[in-house]
Amino acid sequence: MEDARKIRVLIAKPGLDSHDRGAKVVARALRDAGMEVIYTGLRQTPEQIAETALQEDVDVIGLSILSGAHKTLFPRIMELLKKQGLTDVMVFAGGIIPEEDVSEMKKLGIKEIFGPGTTTEEIIRYVVDNLPKRD
Amino acid sequence: MFDKKKIDELKKERERWEQTTLPNWIRQSSERKNEFRSSSNMPIKRLYTPEDVKDLDYLQDLGFPGEYPFLRGVHATMYRGRFWTMRQFSGFGTAEQTNKRFKYLLKEGETGLSIAFDYPTIMGYDSDHPMGKGEVGICGVAISSLKDMQVLLNGIPLDKVTTSMTINGPAAMLLAMYVAVGDKQGISREKLGGTTQNDNLKEYFAQKLCIYPPKSSVKLTTDIIEYCARNLQRWNPISISGYHIREAGANAVQELAFTIYDGITYVESTLQRGLKVDEFAHRLSFFFASHNDFFEELAKFRAARRLWAKLMKERFHAKNPRSMWMRMHVQTSGCTLTAQQPLNNITRTTIQALAAVLGGTQSLHTNSFDEALALPGEEAVRVALRTQQIIAHESGATNTIDPLAGSYYVEALTNEMEEKATEYIQKLDDMGGAMVAIEKGFFQKEIADSSYKYQKEIDERKRTIVGVNNYQIEKEEYPIKLLRVDPKVEKEQVANLQNVRKTRDNRKAEEMLDKLELSAEKDENLMPAIIEAVKAYATLGEICSVLRKVYGEYKELIVI
Repeated sequence: MEDARKIRVLIAKPGLDSHDRGAKVVARALRDAGMEVIYTGLRQTPEQIAETALQEDVDVIGLSILSGAHKTLFPRIMELLKKQGLTDVMVFAGGIIPEEDVSEMKKLGIKEIFGPGTTTEEIIRYVVDNLPKRD
Repeated sequence: MFDKKKIDELKKERERWEQTTLPNWIRQSSERKNEFRSSSNMPIKRLYTPEDVKDLDYLQDLGFPGEYPFLRGVHATMYRGRFWTMRQFSGFGTAEQTNKRFKYLLKEGETGLSIAFDYPTIMGYDSDHPMGKGEVGICGVAISSLKDMQVLLNGIPLDKVTTSMTINGPAAMLLAMYVAVGDKQGISREKLGGTTQNDNLKEYFAQKLCIYPPKSSVKLTTDIIEYCARNLQRWNPISISGYHIREAGANAVQELAFTIYDGITYVESTLQRGLKVDEFAHRLSFFFASHNDFFEELAKFRAARRLWAKLMKERFHAKNPRSMWMRMHVQTSGCTLTAQQPLNNITRTTIQALAAVLGGTQSLHTNSFDEALALPGEEAVRVALRTQQIIAHESGATNTIDPLAGSYYVEALTNEMEEKATEYIQKLDDMGGAMVAIEKGFFQKEIADSSYKYQKEIDERKRTIVGVNNYQIEKEEYPIKLLRVDPKVEKEQVANLQNVRKTRDNRKAEEMLDKLELSAEKDENLMPAIIEAVKAYATLGEICSVLRKVYGEYKELIVI
């Protein structure tokens, strides 16, 4: 029998802010839940994020941002993912993203936004339940 | 402090109580938990008695306020003389907008300014750098050149207010701009009062806003300490910061230990410049977080003062008592704020602020209740400041000095915090110092582990956070008026910057940048060359680029 492929997740931090506490906790929790997690560190440009997603053949991308620049950076990231043909990758986000921006972000194709107070279990469950099917 | 015979008698009585009275009560209703622990995981006993502080020697271990070991406070009158400085960190948008906010805060009774810079500025980029797209003026004010600093401080007399600047990588550049504005206002340099955070070590494992590799960053930090000791005698060149260490996930003991160890490292680097310890140590200042665990926090502040005093006296042989003072700024803990039921944050902040006051802080920032959601709005900022004013004027906590001294629990906890921090200091010494610990990822790993553990406790409901994992409400309805920074700010700021580049004497600016490069290559103190460069309107980005060229850029060591 073939080994089940581990879920591959890229945790990425766009923007200049350095609040990586949440990103690291989520990365570790997903890893402890048996996923393959790639965390690329702070201040990743949209180009770097799309490139890493492609190179690492990920199923899921988690974006973390607390600088307030999500309205500039998220559209760019989603556009680049589309350009790379990564439309089947599931993208979720977390950090400080005001409620009133959530629907706009979801229209871009971001599946879910996890605000402060979310437990790591909720995120794990969400990823497992919403995992895109691979051909 | 206690007679041995009395302690023996007490011990017998305690044992009797534990065998007779206590079991009856526990049989009727068991305790809430099998064991109680502080937020740093230290076991907390059911009851503290003189037994727990039996070795305390009042004169040696506590002393009097304003005297060694300064446990009871650095000043002899503390808040009976004057309250702490109520300093609210602020800054957003353009220099002009922040200047208005500053004037508002001064009118409302604030006694010192505190500048928050935006991310491009913090990272040493001009507002038109591609990395800063969407970030200009968002989390702080954008300062790209002396022109912006002149607008920011317009109408504010720099000899009357003191200003704290939360800036590290480019601290020398922002301080140079402040000095240049002072020069233009005609204020002599020894009258300029304020603080630059300028603590680059903690950047590598806590705040993580690093520009250059660690060695060059510590060199810049030390340049400022040296320059201030010789030229800006009222300036606190550094605010050695535990706040970010804590916010990154460290516990209270780690915060205390790592901060003090960074302090030790800066004292050593400055001594190597040929300054004597008493020529600069009195100007070193500290910055801590005040988190939720009320007693642990106030014990931490007290322990920090005694530990630092001892180190300065015994390790560095300071003679001047002022060199042994740990003067501190405290900020309530941002990471304890919840997005759920945000008004509850006022209560959290009040408890944290009270711990800071009972811990004897010199300066305090109280967070606004809406900060888990966005930048604070005006009402939220006012409530935060009022919280401090209520503690100062209404609570009575300020009428006597160090009112919790002598509490068996507080003194035992203070001792324990100091002991645990001292163990870390020993460990770091054995490892070869702070730089080695950073290269090995030691601090990073310690913090990541604590942070993960804390989150797990919340997720598993072993730690209750009201409104988050308990006492939730179905629908959050509190209408918060979010402060949004207009996207036009970026355009406006970029236009201002380009205008500066167009109207300045470009040859002069370039000449000063070349001089700076030469000075950096010769490993001189860079402050004088940087002051000349900002006065020629060389921009922050240009100056930082010169040093990026000479020193290289830091590449993050990722530790999950």
